[in-house]
Amino acid sequence: MAIFTILQYSFIQNAFLAGTCVAIIAAVAGYFMVIRGLTFAGHALPNIGFAGAAGAVLLGIDPVIGLYIFTIGASLGIALLGREATERDTSIGIIMTFALGLGILFLSLYSGYAERVYSILFGQVVGISSADVLITAISSILTLGILLVLFRPLLFSSFDPEVAEARGVPIRFLAMTFLILIAITVSLSVQVVGALLVFTLLIGPAATAARIVQRPLWAIILAIILGVSYTWLGILFAANSTWPVSFYIATLSFGVYLPVRLLSPLWIGRRARKLAITRQNTSLSPGSPAEWEQSDSVPTTGRVPGSTR
Amino acid sequence: MLALFQQEFVRNAFLAGTIVAVVTAVIGYFVILRAQAFAGEALADIGFAGATGAAVLGISSLLGMFFLALLAALGMGALGTRIRGRDVEIGMVLSFALGLGALFLSIYSQSGTNASAGVGILFGSILSVTLIDVLISLASGIATLLMIAFLFRPLLFASVDPEVAEARGVPVRLLSIIFLVLLGITTAETVLVVGVLLVLALLIAPAATAMHLTRRPLTSISLAVALGLIFTWGGLILAFVGTGRNLPVSFYITTLAALSYFISIPLGRLRSPRPEMEQPYSSCKQVSAPLH
Repeated sequence: MAIFTILQYSFIQNAFLAGTCVAIIAAVAGYFMVIRGLTFAGHALPNIGFAGAAGAVLLGIDPVIGLYIFTIGASLGIALLGREATERDTSIGIIMTFALGLGILFLSLYSGYAERVYSILFGQVVGISSADVLITAISSILTLGILLVLFRPLLFSSFDPEVAEARGVPIRFLAMTFLILIAITVSLSVQVVGALLVFTLLIGPAATAARIVQRPLWAIILAIILGVSYTWLGILFAANSTWPVSFYIATLSFGVYLPVRLLSPLWIGRRARKLAITRQNTSLSPGSPAEWEQSDSVPTTGRVPGSTR
Repeated sequence: MLALFQQEFVRNAFLAGTIVAVVTAVIGYFVILRAQAFAGEALADIGFAGATGAAVLGISSLLGMFFLALLAALGMGALGTRIRGRDVEIGMVLSFALGLGALFLSIYSQSGTNASAGVGILFGSILSVTLIDVLISLASGIATLLMIAFLFRPLLFASVDPEVAEARGVPVRLLSIIFLVLLGITTAETVLVVGVLLVLALLIAPAATAMHLTRRPLTSISLAVALGLIFTWGGLILAFVGTGRNLPVSFYITTLAALSYFISIPLGRLRSPRPEMEQPYSSCKQVSAPLH
């Protein structure tokens, strides 16, 4: 097929390889972000990274260093300021606007043409070298490794923080470690796909998968499959047209999510009834996602029902 | 200093900044109360997509922003009524809108004109506000404030305690959709004046700061309006006369806003310690059994 001939070009191959790494790590990290109610952080951190890159360009150092410093610093700020769930979104928003204000300052002080900074904002999937692919792959594997080590306590503390804390799981330490991992994931992804797409790849596949299947491991696997398919299809479509990759991936992601979201009450409601019957007979093991089935929405433990304040 | 006001763009910037600061502070109080900071940010970014789409179609950018922000507000209101999981729905709508924005921006820049129009919308252009923009924001600002004044008591009730309000017969869901629509109108109008970035700063920082310092609704709102005006005027004055280096207004405004918020956190804890709010998930700990 004509559409696949573009695969012969090395820059398209690099785009596919780096995009796949980013899609996998973003889907895994995104799953935990969705169940922890950190969607806003997924939107804010790439923008904060943009400001860091602008600062690094101004100082004449590698934008990647600024990217990491700003995203990790902002993660620590979010973890420290936003301890209460209702306060968290406010502090994320203010940290983000503060960082973006600094970004504007850096850009206005920088007299040159900050092409790399804009490429960080809008992404540059087709400008990736083989060295970039290697770096992305290695850092993705490292981040995935840490997430795997923390998998069980992280899952436990995401679904049921009070019980986890009572069982001696260091939930605050986990929350901070997780935010730093998100910062690293965002920083390495932003260089490949741009600030805009990172958010889509973090939230889109995970939110869709969490509505289709309930068991965390299957949801993560499904999220990876969805994320990688969106990325491959998006790059294929974009390479054969003049429209940007981010548009295709965002549209695919929303186009799959919308029917799933509208139809999911059908199966989630049925499972909830089934669970209510089984629960009368058997006691649930700790850490099983018991809250999932009770609500028709994706559980986010940070928010307590009814406590808007 | 006063000589500055003889220039029209300075007067327009102050007028538009004042209108926007007042309206966003009042709406922002409810945004914080309802924990909808993310919705505010999302609507501002969606407004960006609307503006770039309007630029592609060659219609007024305000029209495009109003249209997409209204659509998104209705979509968010319909999809995510519960607090739990609401941020995921907002995130999905936002990422789709941002994808559309990227598409419009790329079509727009391919069509020969440069992308600076889009960047201007993103980063704000309070210094290029025209008299017509001022009049439009004045009209929509007054309409929004009147609507808020009309709905004040039920909206406050539904925001503070949605379950009790619903039990008392307050149409919580309808109010939530109306509020999102008002928020959409406000962000669209504000994006036009100050850019996407500043919307969030003016929307949440004054109200969040005020609510750390006082609890009473009317005092909070008045304090939020005062703070919003201080940030906007302070930012404008600093940008015009503070330094000779021509630093951007939005930098000054966001920095003033963020610093006052950071300062208000320890002040708020000092003034009215909330032991139940010190620990994360504390409300879960105190209520041992689920409420329903």
